[in-house]
Amino acid sequence: MIYIINYGVGNLSSIANIIKKVGGESEIINDVSLLKTASKIILPGVGAFDHGMKKLAENGWIDELNDAVLNRKIPVLGICLGMQLLCKSSEEGVLPGLGWIDADVKKFSFAEGSDLKIPHMGWNTVKVKKENPLIKNTEEEQRFYFVHSYRVVCNNPEDTLATTNYGVEFTSSLSHENILGAQFHPEKSHRFGMSLLKNFIDITC
Amino acid sequence: MLKNRVIPCLLLRNGGLVKTLKFADPKYVGDPINAIRIFNDKEVDELMVLDITASKEKKEPNYDLIEQFASECFMPLCYGGGVKTVEQARKIFALGVEKICIQTAVLEDLSLISALAEQFGNQSILVSIDVKKDWLGKVKLYSAATGKTVSRPWTEFLQEAVKSGAGEIVLNAVDRDGTLKGMDIELIQQASKSISVPLIAVGGAGSLQDIKTAVDAGASAVSAGAFFVFQGPHRAVLITYPKYKELEQLFN
Repeated sequence: MIYIINYGVGNLSSIANIIKKVGGESEIINDVSLLKTASKIILPGVGAFDHGMKKLAENGWIDELNDAVLNRKIPVLGICLGMQLLCKSSEEGVLPGLGWIDADVKKFSFAEGSDLKIPHMGWNTVKVKKENPLIKNTEEEQRFYFVHSYRVVCNNPEDTLATTNYGVEFTSSLSHENILGAQFHPEKSHRFGMSLLKNFIDITC
Repeated sequence: MLKNRVIPCLLLRNGGLVKTLKFADPKYVGDPINAIRIFNDKEVDELMVLDITASKEKKEPNYDLIEQFASECFMPLCYGGGVKTVEQARKIFALGVEKICIQTAVLEDLSLISALAEQFGNQSILVSIDVKKDWLGKVKLYSAATGKTVSRPWTEFLQEAVKSGAGEIVLNAVDRDGTLKGMDIELIQQASKSISVPLIAVGGAGSLQDIKTAVDAGASAVSAGAFFVFQGPHRAVLITYPKYKELEQLFN
């Protein structure tokens, strides 16, 4: 069963619905103790970095998540802010992240006079950088829906699963062992998101 | 890189979907959840749902329904209708909506836009501007809630809306609404030239060429209702949307 962590940051139903649509089973959980029986975890999230970390801490998620992901090696997928929380730190806040990925989160910044807007919002394409269980390297261009002002910068380039260009080539998806992340919203990205989530469901441990 | 968006606009009235002609004669076109599911299958760029009675009847947004929409939408969703406070907006964003479109609440006073943009980021706040030509052919700001034109110059209101923090402007040509007879290109040119934020042009799109013409005139996105819900001269209800490849070719 895929558990979708509900730590109080937004409506998670569209994630649960799209998983159901591609034939998977998931449950939105508020109860930390359920993590002991998780076979997969989705860490969603929208909003500010510190707010997200504070909410995870407040409800006692952090220790159980560390145990599930670092000790038991349960596959985890961080989405949007959820992917940024996997990192060590963010320019958006002062609190440390979960620190599972050796990466930091930085704000987009463009030269003056650039017509690129922040946040990066809308449909954009990804370039797959390595063999991975999440995004297959297809001939067809794969597009996803993004809304974010900060981007993940991996200290180990091999953790970058896919990149996207928005003024700069940035890490739009990452993976390190059982830890996966998507900066975009697969649950708002039609069949491209569906196939990503289907691939996540199909990961066998 | 980001591309021009084509956005179906659904009008909500007492829980059902309708389509209007020049903002009048709402015709029932179906169940919203069903329509959303069809638009999911058609991979639309984004979806806009506007509750056209909420402001007129001074009702609260229908949160239960909005939550259902957000849960069903596998694409970004913009909601508009009856939003007058930061608290209402907070509630709607928490339901999983990406953007909120504001109109009636700010015709008199744009301070709500500043407050919303500050709280939620201007990318998520749209201001919808309806304009209508008077009998002399002069473009006037129009209030859908009262059915009357407003004396304030529309171009000034447009500028002020952007200055207040609107992340996008939805510009709706009331005289073209539902006509499928082409968009008001002059209006789109005039508006897009004077603002820095994306312009979503609405009103009159009846063909892919109309959409292309609007984009060439400066619209970042085109939204349409009738074009995506009616088929044929008798306006039979049939939900359609161009294929991605067609749109790609259209804009290239």
